[in-house]
Amino acid sequence: MRTKIKALPWQELLLPLAAVVLALLIGSVFILYVGENPLTAYGILFKESLGSVRNIATTLQRATPLMFTGMAVAFAFRAGLFNIGAEGQLYIGAFAAAWVGFTFANLPRIIHLPLAIVAGMAGGALWASIAGVLKAKLGVHEVINTIMLNFIALFLTDWLVTGPFHGGSWVPETARISASAALSRIYPPTRLTTAVYLAVVAAAAVYLILWKTKRGYELRAVGLNPSAAEYGGINVARNTIIAMAISGALAGLAGTEQILGLHNRFILRFSSDLGFMGVAVALLGKNHPVGVILAAILFGALQAGSAAMDRLTAVPRELITIIQALIIFFVAAEYLIRRMLRLKEDA
Amino acid sequence: MGDVIAMMFNTAVFAAALRMATPLIFAALGGIFSERSGVVNIALEGMMLTGAFTAMFVTYHTGMPWVGVLGAMLAGGLIGLIHAIFCVRYRANQVVTGTAINIFAGGLTVFLLRFFFGTAGTSPSVTTIPDITLPVLSSIPWIDRILGRQNPLVYLALVAVVVVHIVIYKTPWGLRLRAVGEHPRAADTVGVNVFKMRYISVVISGALAGLGGTYLSIAHLSRFSEGMTAGRGFIALAAVIFGKWTPLGALGACLFFGYADALQMRLQDIGIPTQFMNMLPYVLTMVALAGFIGRAVGPKASGEPYIKG
Repeated sequence: MRTKIKALPWQELLLPLAAVVLALLIGSVFILYVGENPLTAYGILFKESLGSVRNIATTLQRATPLMFTGMAVAFAFRAGLFNIGAEGQLYIGAFAAAWVGFTFANLPRIIHLPLAIVAGMAGGALWASIAGVLKAKLGVHEVINTIMLNFIALFLTDWLVTGPFHGGSWVPETARISASAALSRIYPPTRLTTAVYLAVVAAAAVYLILWKTKRGYELRAVGLNPSAAEYGGINVARNTIIAMAISGALAGLAGTEQILGLHNRFILRFSSDLGFMGVAVALLGKNHPVGVILAAILFGALQAGSAAMDRLTAVPRELITIIQALIIFFVAAEYLIRRMLRLKEDA
Repeated sequence: MGDVIAMMFNTAVFAAALRMATPLIFAALGGIFSERSGVVNIALEGMMLTGAFTAMFVTYHTGMPWVGVLGAMLAGGLIGLIHAIFCVRYRANQVVTGTAINIFAGGLTVFLLRFFFGTAGTSPSVTTIPDITLPVLSSIPWIDRILGRQNPLVYLALVAVVVVHIVIYKTPWGLRLRAVGEHPRAADTVGVNVFKMRYISVVISGALAGLGGTYLSIAHLSRFSEGMTAGRGFIALAAVIFGKWTPLGALGACLFFGYADALQMRLQDIGIPTQFMNMLPYVLTMVALAGFIGRAVGPKASGEPYIKG
């Protein structure tokens, strides 16, 4: 581990910004390729995502699950863990929340909704803890295990939703959750719900845990240098399990939000890579809660505007997926951008 | 119960297992090259998907599936080159780059599918590589029903395993490859070009994974469909680990996973949900990593960017 010289704040912002600009530039090559004008396409994208209060609400709605998965990945990163399993944790959390939602139909809202949310967090935490325990006790790297757990969670929920908990309709989905467990919409007709407040609370909690508690100090110490932390009397194994559990709980909240706020039932494979996009959001947000919120809003905006771009131009909406992938490339290749911008290397 | 036993040893199931294993074998061999050189490759899925699309696309335009195979290998190799440029030259986190490639391939293939064919679901049907009958094998009883008549790519996969085994264990190049993955600094000291070895290995990795994707779109089926790899790249990755980073071990794992895949439809009839069979490769890989069935330990320098100096 090299010593890091603290970079200036403007540089911290400049790198993600450069990554986004580069990705949009390469994206415009794709737009030109299909015979459209990049300015027109990006103009529509911008207008449809941020051009009115209603569009901004849609953007925030699309950003909300990414705030949670981004926070999940970022939290683990801070503790030196690469949680690429947010997708699986999200599914387990979502199913747990849905189960509470449709099973305890007679509970008063004040109990039912929090209970469903806690169940979603617990589901995600439990699933992530499997990888945490295997890392802490047996030293198995969490990357492979969380990837494997993604697929196990996927097939497990596939089975639950087509088998024992099939709702009876012709589509693979569970019964509807009762209204007492559903999150309230805050800007109809958009589907933005109170989950966005929950995301802000979660971001504040992540900040407080990581930077204002002894536990957070330990987690970050383990993240920076596990052997030094161990030498300094910090229990690395214990902190690894705790970090994975908290990360998983955050991913579980993403799934919970999708069920209680958007779908109101568990639908087979409802997540379109929300967990994997969390990796992008975390990296772009520099693994900081505020950065994660901003990065999630950017990704949410791209998604919110993509439908109109698809409808009004010849550019397929998958351009957005390509741009999101390109952003990950460039954020990951910090070394490349630092050289392009002739910034001092902090290594 | 007798029915189940008979089914498990049915030659038709074995033949199907071999077909299911074929795309996995190519991708797993690709994974071995990359990981052995010290570059983690979780992008096999995206490379396979790109290969599957390119094979369909080239075959659609040329009418010649073998040209499609070539195109798929080139496209896979190109994706491998991108992975290598970011991981080797720009020292990007290999897992992050791999994730980006998977997302990129998922987006790009649908983008192109919709642009060229105006449909998001599946491509038009294309010419496939026809099955062939092998002269000698088809005359041996029992064996003939498994190996006698198969797709050329199935045979090619088996040959590739032997070739890769020889390349990795019996050639000086293979020795250098393993050295670069285990101890790049030492390899560098004795004059091995670590960067070049990693570039070549990751490009080969992409080409092989692309070849695996080919089997899906122009041999097993005759079209490309959105996300058609359906996690096979990750099963191949599981096979690499389960087979302890060796070609023969990975072959065994792929055949076993292919067998589980071939059995799942039949097992469903006796009440075992297909999803449980689908989970099997992933569960077993976790068990193997945890050390319950002979600990799986990868190349030492895998995942670490090499910085010359």
